[in-house]
Amino acid sequence: MSIQDFFTLLIAGISQGCTYGLIALGFVLVYKATEIVNFSHGEFMMLGAFFALMFSAYVGFWTGIILAVCVLGLLGYLLDSVIMRRIGGENPALIFIITVAFGFIFRSAAGMIWGWEPLAFPGYFNGTSQFGPIIVQHSRLAIIVLSIILFILLFVFFSYNRLGIAMQAISQNQLAAYYMSIPVKQTTSLVWVLGAAIAAIAGIFNAPFTQVDTHIGFIGIKALAGAIIGGFGSIPGAIIGCLIIGILEPFSDLFLPAVKGISGYLAMFIILMIRPDGLIRQTFVKKV
Amino acid sequence: MQVLFKTSYDHDINFLPYRGERIRVGIAIFLFLTVPFFLNDYLLDQLGLFLVYAIAGIGLMLLTGFTGQVSFGHGAFLAIGAYVSSILPVYGWSTAASVTAAVASSSILGALLGRSTSKMHGFYLAIATLVFSILIETVFGQADEITGGYLGLQVPAFSFFGYESTRAFHRYWIDLVFFGLMLLGAANLLRSSTGRSFVAVRDSELSARCLGINVSNVKIHSFALSAGITGLAGVLMAQHLQYVTPDTFGIDMSLMLLLMVVVGGLGTLLGCVFGAALLVWLPIWIRYLRDLLPSSIAEQPGLEPLVFGLILVLFIIFEPAGLAGRWKKTRRIIETFPYFRADIFVRQRQYLKTDRLR
Repeated sequence: MSIQDFFTLLIAGISQGCTYGLIALGFVLVYKATEIVNFSHGEFMMLGAFFALMFSAYVGFWTGIILAVCVLGLLGYLLDSVIMRRIGGENPALIFIITVAFGFIFRSAAGMIWGWEPLAFPGYFNGTSQFGPIIVQHSRLAIIVLSIILFILLFVFFSYNRLGIAMQAISQNQLAAYYMSIPVKQTTSLVWVLGAAIAAIAGIFNAPFTQVDTHIGFIGIKALAGAIIGGFGSIPGAIIGCLIIGILEPFSDLFLPAVKGISGYLAMFIILMIRPDGLIRQTFVKKV
Repeated sequence: MQVLFKTSYDHDINFLPYRGERIRVGIAIFLFLTVPFFLNDYLLDQLGLFLVYAIAGIGLMLLTGFTGQVSFGHGAFLAIGAYVSSILPVYGWSTAASVTAAVASSSILGALLGRSTSKMHGFYLAIATLVFSILIETVFGQADEITGGYLGLQVPAFSFFGYESTRAFHRYWIDLVFFGLMLLGAANLLRSSTGRSFVAVRDSELSARCLGINVSNVKIHSFALSAGITGLAGVLMAQHLQYVTPDTFGIDMSLMLLLMVVVGGLGTLLGCVFGAALLVWLPIWIRYLRDLLPSSIAEQPGLEPLVFGLILVLFIIFEPAGLAGRWKKTRRIIETFPYFRADIFVRQRQYLKTDRLR
């Protein structure tokens, strides 16, 4: 294996890992705020890509993307304020199941509206650059740069912004946050908006590599695996875990074709065997 | 409303304490024993499939309804049962031996999965089972020398002492016997200390531990039992399908099993029966629905998952106790006619509790 191939795979892996990381971020945000694992998050990403495709045909590429992100944010808001808020405090098993059911509804609806055939997504940032012997696609580079910007923005948002701190507060203790006169229900809905919008961005920037069809939502499961590797509930952990899966995949596809497509899941099982709480531990069993 | 006077300690653990229940169950048993003499082969096959779904429902109900562990990958155990019981006869195993091996292998894999996930937080299990089901589907699809790959595998019919069970009524009787055994077994289990500890773990792991229950062991037991029963359902389902492919038992099947136990009613054995009836009738209803809808929607593929998802969502929002809960409420309204109040069956909600420190 030459050094060029190695770096090509590495950059493909990192950019894929960043996509997973963006999706995982949405999972983790919603989970931290509400203890709900939104299994339909991958479908948010799929819907984001489809909406971007639809809008960009009418209003131009970049406006279409912004519109799609806004629509997904609205969808996240409605999902929380109309449905999830009603069943809060119910049996957790039912809450997992309802989010899976949403995934199925979204997937069928998308198939009915936009068809079941994969659609090509218009490329952006076409072209390549050369750094010494290494050739880099601009669209790969764009994902990496965009993810880093988003990660930093979110870090600043959660550390310094009033709303971000309020979100952290409700994720730690809803009752105490309510006593501090934080509007818990509204803030929770805003967390959903944030998660859905980030998923849409991830979907749009991933779309040129995978095309857009109803099955790209399953990338969400890989992102979930990455978030678990990192220790669910920790944002840096989720990003590290997703990068591990993203970098592992192209190399294992090359060297171990037998586990093509499932190497990320195998990695998750192996890491969970060694560290059942993930790399960065978040949960602590109560001692009696 | 019947008032039950407890005159002996057995009243606490009787299967059917009320006379009305005994009469209804008696009628059901009578019907199940006599219908094979009246129905045609197609309807009998559907009835057999209903029994198979009910067995799978009992399996998942033990895990999700009684132990409170959500599994999104129970289709994988159906697949293991179906495949192992179809592959082994090719190598000369007898039917009894291959069915036993199928149930045992499903149960052992379930125990291993339960072992590796029993120390985890609730939803880790849900994700691990989801991933497990993807892994199993891939394994059966890739190992095409043994399993026929994605093209599928012909299922050999059961044979006992040289007789092959090829007719619909053979399958029906086999299904009925296993369904009776599993229902009785599950009901019996739930009044034993093992079953009671399942329920204790579901309601509060902390209090279960206080009572001296080894929580992770209970989860492993529950997982193994549930996987074994679901594997048996897989064996029987393969007999009905006669041709199995890996994607028959994919995520869609797992969702259907969950739909069955949730819509039927979590935490009741009656719910498995209601849910299985719904699952068998739903495709027929959807076929009628297709005739009613405008053709632009009706001719689309993917209407089934949409309807399944919608039913699941509506039930969770408006009737989380499922059909079994609705049945209980309706009976209570009739029995106590003018005195029923809506908040007799009010459900307790919990505040968000988190184990996280950051």
